[in-house]
Amino acid sequence: MTDTPIIRFQNVSKRYGDLTVLDHFDFEVMSGEKVTLIGPSGSGKSTVLRILMTLEPVQEGVVELDGLSYRQPGRHGPFHASARHLHQIRSRVGMVFQNFNLFPHMSVLRNITEAPVAVLGLSKADARARAHELLEMVGLADKAQAFPAQLSGGQKQRVAIARALAMRPRVLLFDEPTSALDPELVGEVQEVIRRLAHEHDLTMLLVTHEMRFAREISDRVCFFDQGRIVEQGPPGEIMINPAQPRTRAFLGAYLPETSTG
Amino acid sequence: MMYGFHWDLSSPLAFAWSILPIILIGLTVTLEATALGFAFSLIIGLGLALLRRARARWIAWPTALVIEFIRDTPLLVQLFFLYYVLPQYGVLLPAFLTGALALGVQYSAYMSEVYRAGLDAVPRGQIEAAAALNLSRARAYRSIIIPQAIPRIIPAMGNYLVSMIKDTPILSIVTVMEMLGLARIIGDRTFRYLIPLTLVGALFLILSMSAAAAVRRLERALPKTGIPLR
Repeated sequence: MTDTPIIRFQNVSKRYGDLTVLDHFDFEVMSGEKVTLIGPSGSGKSTVLRILMTLEPVQEGVVELDGLSYRQPGRHGPFHASARHLHQIRSRVGMVFQNFNLFPHMSVLRNITEAPVAVLGLSKADARARAHELLEMVGLADKAQAFPAQLSGGQKQRVAIARALAMRPRVLLFDEPTSALDPELVGEVQEVIRRLAHEHDLTMLLVTHEMRFAREISDRVCFFDQGRIVEQGPPGEIMINPAQPRTRAFLGAYLPETSTG
Repeated sequence: MMYGFHWDLSSPLAFAWSILPIILIGLTVTLEATALGFAFSLIIGLGLALLRRARARWIAWPTALVIEFIRDTPLLVQLFFLYYVLPQYGVLLPAFLTGALALGVQYSAYMSEVYRAGLDAVPRGQIEAAAALNLSRARAYRSIIIPQAIPRIIPAMGNYLVSMIKDTPILSIVTVMEMLGLARIIGDRTFRYLIPLTLVGALFLILSMSAAAAVRRLERALPKTGIPLR
């Protein structure tokens, strides 16, 4: 982890019609930092990831990644940015979705090689070699030729992680990566994310409801409520002894060891 | 145009047998017109569907208007337009090509709706995953969206194929001698309409049913999740 912020939100507001999802939101993430976003549903955590992935535009404020501003002055359209500019931003970010979103008509191998070949210009042979390495890493070396429908939820999500890593992002976003999984499959996915967190200098943002897991892997935990960060800090502080009553009430429902008094 | 052919009026069966070769020539014209018209409709329809989905409103909106216009005017009007009006502006196409083009244009409007429904049915998450992997919009369509839309659109396309086969007799109006046109001429010459028209009806029945069966087989043979292109 370094001291330069790679992600910066400054006074960002995001609305869907009358609903304010992010309200004058400020947020910074250092390069290499592992940050977990927790909080009740609808509090804006996932929206932060979706904005960073350029899946959602913002109405107000500044968002920057690696020094690149998301909006370009003088540009119109929902994103206020050219396709080329969005392309540049996306080349630095990857995302792992709650519902995996693997391409069902492609083999596991093709799921992983498609974008490196099409976007990074890798040769098929290089892309395949790299895909096999990544599959090895997520423990699915034998599944290269399988199709998504033949995999369990946990396996699908591990493929999705390999697919995102194949694009060599600097920032990897995890949007509730284990929420759609059967309980017995959560562990295998968490294990992969844990190894990534400990062994890579990748910047990671994780939205999750798995509090113990959040505590294990993150440098910092941010508690969201109503479009703002109510409280943040090292997991040891936030999760054991939260200062804010709202944080305490929320965590009390998940972690018995959080002091609720 | 009937020189060289002789019909045998001694019995209904003999009559049917003697005109069959002529009717079969008409059948090949019907098949060719359908094949070419359907190919036109597939290509023009896809173009219309993609333009209709364009982000820029000044492209999407006029396209919607064109689709609506084509859908809401009779095929015959479009055929006459292509056949009689275009030549006045120096565009002279053979009658057969004009006919196939009219069929293709009319059906491209229906096809664009079929494509649209198929493309819209691809889950949003797939498009987001393509964006997250930094695939360009064109590449996302080619590799992710269209391949997954294909299994969803084939049944509807099959229905339009059968429907187009049954619309081909309209080409006889602009002198393209397909089955029905030939049957009518034979009737005019012999004053016996029952046999030639029944023959044509039976051939259309066989044609439509085999086309429908072929589409069903294709549907079953294709993977439900999508067809990777390349």
